[in-house]
Amino acid sequence: MSLILKNGFVFDPINGIKGDKSTIFIEDGFIVDDLKNKNAKVVDVSNKIIMPGGLEIHSHVAGGKPNIGRAFRPEDHERFVMPKTNITRSGSGYSTPSTFMTGYLYSMMGYTTVFTPAMPPLMARHTHEELNDLPMVDKGGYTLCDGNWFILKYLREGDIEKCAAYVSWLLKATKGFAIKLTNPGGTEAWAWGRNCRNLDDEVPHFKITPREIIEGMVKVNEKLALPHSVHLHANNLGRPGNYTTTLDTLKVPKGIKSQRQRQTLHITHIQFNSYGGDSWNSLESKSDKIANAINKLDNITVDTGNIIFGDTTTMSADGPLEYYLQSITGLKWANRNVELETSPGVTPMIYSPKMATTSIQWAIGLELPLLIKDPWKVFLATDHPNGGPFTKYPEIIASLMSSKLRNQTLSGVNKAVNKRSILPTLEREYDFYDVAIFTRAGQAKALGLDKNKGHLGVGAHADIAVYDLNPDKIDPNNEHKLIKDKFSMAYLTIKDGKIVVRDRKITKVIDGRTYWIDSVTPKNIEKEVYKDIDYYFKRYYSINLANYPVSEDYITRPTVLKTNA
Amino acid sequence: MKEIVLIPEELPKIGLEADTISPDFFANKKIKEINNLSVFCGNEKLTLGDFFDIKGTVGQRISDIKIIIQGDVSLVKRIGQGMSGGEILIKGNAGMYVGAEMKGGTIVVEGDIGSFSGQRMRGGHFIIKGNAGNYLGASYRGDWRGMRGGEITVDGNVGSETGEFMVGGKIHIKGNCGPFIGIHMTKGLIIIEGDADKRVGAQMVGGTILVNGKTEMLPSFKLEGDESNLNINGAKFNGPFLKFKGDMAEMHSKGTVYIRK
Repeated sequence: MSLILKNGFVFDPINGIKGDKSTIFIEDGFIVDDLKNKNAKVVDVSNKIIMPGGLEIHSHVAGGKPNIGRAFRPEDHERFVMPKTNITRSGSGYSTPSTFMTGYLYSMMGYTTVFTPAMPPLMARHTHEELNDLPMVDKGGYTLCDGNWFILKYLREGDIEKCAAYVSWLLKATKGFAIKLTNPGGTEAWAWGRNCRNLDDEVPHFKITPREIIEGMVKVNEKLALPHSVHLHANNLGRPGNYTTTLDTLKVPKGIKSQRQRQTLHITHIQFNSYGGDSWNSLESKSDKIANAINKLDNITVDTGNIIFGDTTTMSADGPLEYYLQSITGLKWANRNVELETSPGVTPMIYSPKMATTSIQWAIGLELPLLIKDPWKVFLATDHPNGGPFTKYPEIIASLMSSKLRNQTLSGVNKAVNKRSILPTLEREYDFYDVAIFTRAGQAKALGLDKNKGHLGVGAHADIAVYDLNPDKIDPNNEHKLIKDKFSMAYLTIKDGKIVVRDRKITKVIDGRTYWIDSVTPKNIEKEVYKDIDYYFKRYYSINLANYPVSEDYITRPTVLKTNA
Repeated sequence: MKEIVLIPEELPKIGLEADTISPDFFANKKIKEINNLSVFCGNEKLTLGDFFDIKGTVGQRISDIKIIIQGDVSLVKRIGQGMSGGEILIKGNAGMYVGAEMKGGTIVVEGDIGSFSGQRMRGGHFIIKGNAGNYLGASYRGDWRGMRGGEITVDGNVGSETGEFMVGGKIHIKGNCGPFIGIHMTKGLIIIEGDADKRVGAQMVGGTILVNGKTEMLPSFKLEGDESNLNINGAKFNGPFLKFKGDMAEMHSKGTVYIRK
């Protein structure tokens, strides 16, 4: 099928195109420079913005935790219901949307690729079952490696080679896309009722520190030359005064070289790690310190982790954090221990603009993207659904584009914001080019998928979003409501060259690719590691090794990316 | 006040979801339009006129409307759901979710009602002359914010978990109640004139429960002493009563339970 998008304003940061009027040719799911088929369908998109399809770098859309969230929050499902249509299924859930609906909602916002950031290896089969039921977008999962006994053992022994061979096997077995570390060391310590809040706290029984785990895994990641860097949920998250731990963490990968043109460490939802003060009563923003440090480093990227005012569900592989949150709110909670691997938790959360703490958290989420100078280092995410549901992204985009909207919101939140955050003093406003980096191009580069994602050059996947906004006419500062509305609902979403959303309606349901990584490690080391795996499974795991790996025929449109170490 | 009479004709053997039977939906409509209001029977969308013979005059304003249901509607659910004013009189039994989320007005049921009635009620008066099922005046499944205001009076008995997660309002039971009354309650008042089954006020952190009959207290409640005569919100009860504080299994509990000595 061929398609021509005519007369749109193109924002394509990877190719440096800043709103030029041009025509895009699409053939067989790819962007081409000329069409062989002369009977192409022509769509006139004059006075509209064309961007690459949105990329989600961090959103808990599938796996064990979202499913616990869905199961134990029926009241959340009552809040948002989507009836079925002739081609789409019904769904429900505001902060914990059901799988099919998650795909539809992303697609309606112009997103075409979504990564779920926390797949416990033992839950990989379940996660892929949910991803199979998540239509409209390309997807993948990051494999959790934070409390994994093999990894802790190899890193303690300083054996990066063996650790790399194990991780390579683990990514193949779980069909994972990247290495995720959640509160490294802390989740294993949680099994003993303890936590690792600083980088030098020792993990009980393993004689290793979070610093060594992060450093070791960054080395492993670069040894395997994975497309994405290590994806880190830093230690001591969500506690007042944690910015010092974050500053320490930023320095860990210093000096480790990458074979790829990208960062060596991605710190996720950094808003939750930028707190000053020594208690919730004295919580203050330290986003300036964090942003300064990031401005000076060229091997770090971050995503924001904005919070949205209202009721949501927090879920994290960071079990001790979830326990801590429920001890503040007194609401229902769930913890889980995934044997030998990790220990996640889930609890509801209410972010009220009347409260000083949540108002400051909200401010920090906006300060960071405004203070980090290089837009290629900071990306949009609410850590869905921890900070708020992904459906509220347009609210954040509008706030970054309009200082007027920020001031308007500031006047309605707790007054502590004026003293304990710096948002009121910031005047920077994002333009459409910045937004394109912030929501798609930056993510594509950081994920190492920029060959065919996140841009509109020849050879790219024809994943495209068209928004009904005229950059020549609109004044985002004053017309922030329009910005929010139009980014909430794409005028057109094109996935693999097919129009899947038009006029706020799903017009076609398709299945996306599932990305996974096949990396090569030396055969002799693999042999030794397989012996260890065999022994550990017999000795400790509750399931048989043969039942552990997820085979490729289990997933829809498996797409393997091979790396050569 | 203008009266509309609904006479049940052939009711289905499965539940009928009829949240449209409410002064809020009837106000300012002609009888013909009321006949066309939608109801769900299973996955089928039908109309109110398919099941009821509707007569009478319709008021302009919600507060002018009195709906009288002549007969047994024990399989009709959600009557008066979310109503903000006016009156509903049910001359028979009614199904589940009667008066759920009601904000104002009055509902009187002359017979028994099903479970989850008065769920998340915010205001108004709800009078049940017969018995009520389980989860009367409770929260939505999973929610920790239940009945917020208004008053429920039951002349008969009630089932289990009445007033679950109650955060305000009053429930007055003239008969006996099932187990777990006032579970998780944080505010409000529950009065039981008869006996209460086990685990009264389990995990409550606030609010008041008065049992004017017999019951068995949980060990996590602290005995605070005797009270001879009680005056709660103007209602007088002659004692002597035992006063308990709890549920101490929860943090910062300030709930009070009185039991007849």
